[in-house]
Amino acid sequence: MDYTELGLKAGIEIHQQLDTAEKLFCRCPTLLQDTADRTGEFYRYLRATESELGEIDRAAEEEMKLVRKFCYYTYDTVCLVEHDEEPPTPMNPEALEVCLTIAKMLGMTPAEQVHTMRKLVIDGSNTSGFQRTALVALSGALPDGCRIETICLEEEAAQRVEDETFSLDRLGIPLVEITTAPCMHTPEAVQEVAAHIGMVLRSTGRVKRGLGTIRQDINVSIRGGARVEIKGVQELDLIAEVVRREVGRQAALLAIRDALRERDARVDHTVVDVTALFSGTASSILKKAKSILAVRLCGFAGLVGREIQPGRRLGSEMSDYAKKCGVGGIFHTDELPAYGVTAEEVARLREFVGAREEDCVVIVAASRQRAGCAAEQVMIRAEMALSGVPEETRKMLEEGSSAYMRPLPGAARMYPETDVFPLDISEALWESIAVPELLTDRAERFVREFGLDEALARQVAFSERLPTFEKAVAAGVRPTIAARTLLATCRELARGGVAVGQVSEDEILALLSAVEAGRAAKEAIPDLLTELARTAGVGPGTPRERVDAAIGKMAPAVSQADVESIVRRIVAEREEFAREKGMGALGPLMGIVMQELRGSVDGKVVSESLRRELKRLLA
Amino acid sequence: MEILQAGDRVRYANGGTALTGTYITERDGMAVIKLDNGYNIGTSPEKIELAERAAPQPPAGAGVVVQDPDLPELSIISTGGTIASRVDYRTGAVTSQFSANDILRAIPELAGIARYRDRQIASILSENMRPALWQELARAVYDEIRHGASGVIVTHGTDTMASSAAAVRFMLKTPVPVIFVGSQRSADRPSSDNAMNTLCSAAVATGDLGEVAVVMHATTNDDRCAVHRATRVRKMHTSRRDAFQSMGMAPLGYVDYPALSVTLSDEAVRRGTGEPELRDALEERCGLLHFYPGMPSRILDAFEGYAGLVLSGTGLGHVATEWIPKLREMIEGGTTVVMTSQCLHGRVCDRVYNTGRDLLSVGVIEGEDMLPETALVKLMWVLGNERDPERAGMLMQTDLAGEIRRRSI
Repeated sequence: MDYTELGLKAGIEIHQQLDTAEKLFCRCPTLLQDTADRTGEFYRYLRATESELGEIDRAAEEEMKLVRKFCYYTYDTVCLVEHDEEPPTPMNPEALEVCLTIAKMLGMTPAEQVHTMRKLVIDGSNTSGFQRTALVALSGALPDGCRIETICLEEEAAQRVEDETFSLDRLGIPLVEITTAPCMHTPEAVQEVAAHIGMVLRSTGRVKRGLGTIRQDINVSIRGGARVEIKGVQELDLIAEVVRREVGRQAALLAIRDALRERDARVDHTVVDVTALFSGTASSILKKAKSILAVRLCGFAGLVGREIQPGRRLGSEMSDYAKKCGVGGIFHTDELPAYGVTAEEVARLREFVGAREEDCVVIVAASRQRAGCAAEQVMIRAEMALSGVPEETRKMLEEGSSAYMRPLPGAARMYPETDVFPLDISEALWESIAVPELLTDRAERFVREFGLDEALARQVAFSERLPTFEKAVAAGVRPTIAARTLLATCRELARGGVAVGQVSEDEILALLSAVEAGRAAKEAIPDLLTELARTAGVGPGTPRERVDAAIGKMAPAVSQADVESIVRRIVAEREEFAREKGMGALGPLMGIVMQELRGSVDGKVVSESLRRELKRLLA
Repeated sequence: MEILQAGDRVRYANGGTALTGTYITERDGMAVIKLDNGYNIGTSPEKIELAERAAPQPPAGAGVVVQDPDLPELSIISTGGTIASRVDYRTGAVTSQFSANDILRAIPELAGIARYRDRQIASILSENMRPALWQELARAVYDEIRHGASGVIVTHGTDTMASSAAAVRFMLKTPVPVIFVGSQRSADRPSSDNAMNTLCSAAVATGDLGEVAVVMHATTNDDRCAVHRATRVRKMHTSRRDAFQSMGMAPLGYVDYPALSVTLSDEAVRRGTGEPELRDALEERCGLLHFYPGMPSRILDAFEGYAGLVLSGTGLGHVATEWIPKLREMIEGGTTVVMTSQCLHGRVCDRVYNTGRDLLSVGVIEGEDMLPETALVKLMWVLGNERDPERAGMLMQTDLAGEIRRRSI
């Protein structure tokens, strides 16, 4: 695809949870919980408030289509603020500081005074019906010349457990939202910008890590298409694909529009009750439905079933709209006969509603009320197909396609959170914010200063174990040993089923110091970590004592005299081989000695001793 | 520089980037503007300049709600508590709505329960309530009942709602429900308890009850409201939806939500009991004093010339022994002194300990199990209608409006 030709414009919003001690507007810890540990449940209804102009926000109104009861799980780590039973505390200063740090790293200008707003969200994910959010800084720059518009500090929403049930542990965790201008023109550029911002965020060392802690929303439009926001893209590697598929979808919808116009297609707004036609049907879905309604789409035949994205057709879009009424989906004649509906039934249906060959018939099956609502939604979406691409908020599906969620929210859905006072960002505060080293710069420094190879340096810099690495190096541990232990060794052990996660940072540091001090050989590190993991949580002792105990058990110290006597014995036993190979015997003999010593002596010491012994023999 | 007005379009320079927004106001030397992305920020006034004067706003949507003439008529009297509000997302302003039409637009389901007429007697925060307004309120309610209202809903800020309800209860005999309602979460938010509380109030106001009551959330769930007797209800939490509790008795009933079915206990006075009657005299020179350890007795000097004083004493109903001579003096000077307990739960008994016996001997009246605030309101009413101290004292110990329970349970 030629993206310039298509006029692709894309921007991203990145949401990153901050790793603060407390939540943004209450004093609860930012801990996620297992729903099985909930201490209670309660439920509420939410309703949209009429605005001054008598309008209810269109996104909010869409969510109101179904009268829904929301259920919330609560925990002993959650308070009345998350329950929407108490006013918020002042904004968490730690979160503000992290946000300002990120703003400064992105070259932004802070607002002189930060005002917390209430952003209307009535999908149940916020007990109050709004999300508290504050614009902290404006106008940042990215290396490729792209512009960052804003950074906002806001509270994380509650996690959906299923349907209308939410878990309150996540509600209120501080989150920064970084919004770029629509300044990207290729799918790859979008992914690169996301990767760069993600790196900047992690450089602070104060953001949460792991699945779900960072989410990207992607805004995509093409010329003649419409702005579409795809929410909740969690995997960085999928971003380019999501953009590609959305561009494809919009182009396909435009092609469908053109075809429809050519055919003078239109939507017949007479909804026909066809329940009786299916009285003897074998389709289990139709059989149990109280009401089956049909909508005739004139001139739509073949286009409702046309693929617009891998695994998605125009019919899928209609189905998404219909699902807002609580139905399971729709059937359309482009895909029938199928699902237990026979060719004969399809023919009867077409005849009954007066469908011509070029028409497509859509049927919905549910209770009378739901089916009526769904038929209405199908007609609304079909009308949209006649004008092209609707502005929408969509959710990402697996592999990068997307499904309709709700209309794009209007701009007018925010008003001040009067319970939180505005905060002044003084020049002194802004000046006091220290800018941390970028992880990319840090990786380069590790190559330069520590002689790590580039791949390892980058791995260390981007790893969650970076703080441990830096502490170890500061304590005098050789960077290569620290890096290999923290990354390669730990990962290999974990893969082999050793619970290295149980070994505390202090124990790892004590272990590395012991190796550095010559109390254990670096070859013994895997055995020692395994022992520490095995005994984690049992037995007392300081990290140093525990490490010494592990050394005592797994790799008892061997004296230099012991090493030399073992080396002498092994060389003597293989004298013929040694004489034959000369100094070339060093390598093979080394393995034998190390095996005997079980890694309790540094390889360097062994190799020197062996070299001396061989020289003596050969001399 | 031109003076900016709310709604004016302004240009704002930030770090070399020019942005546009809407001017909201100036507060503490900072200009507040709403950027086009919806966010407010504060900025030095010199960083913004007028781009365009505010366009005149179309009048607020004034859709008229048609009321069903076959339904019973309720009167909604507002005092300042907000059960409906409207948000102007352009400026962020939240305005309270008091007309029946606006309330119906905000809570459309009300139209299926009754027809409504509205009356606004005040627009105040409930901490600014005062006895003169209680009297005005009682007269307004009486008036509405006389003019055929099948029930009255009084919207009230929650802080002092219980006192107002008790005051109206003492001043007014009513054959129809008079329901006080408020919200603990502001009406502008989608999660507000306003709609459910109001709907439940309307259900009770069209139902079988025949007394003054407070109707508010019974639990933190949106599952049911409790109907509380006006003289036995108290706000027991600063912020929770279920802050209102019946003290020393079960609620008079419940309203299930969203079904809006009302169940009343046997104890609830039923509709049609008696004729409407108003006795609106109040003696305002009455006070309520919460005793604390070490509180000096000279505090009592502030109540000199008062006709009545309710003490919120410790435990069974005590104040420091050193207060007794001063209290004797006040009582001899004609002040009626009533003892209640800051325990809130339980009955005063000044016959157990020496201090109590001394208090009785100087003429302090045991306020039984009355809530301190209810006792104050009652004392105002009793002294407004009965000049004889002895008879007033007896009335204070007589259950007049469900404020005293014969038995503690």
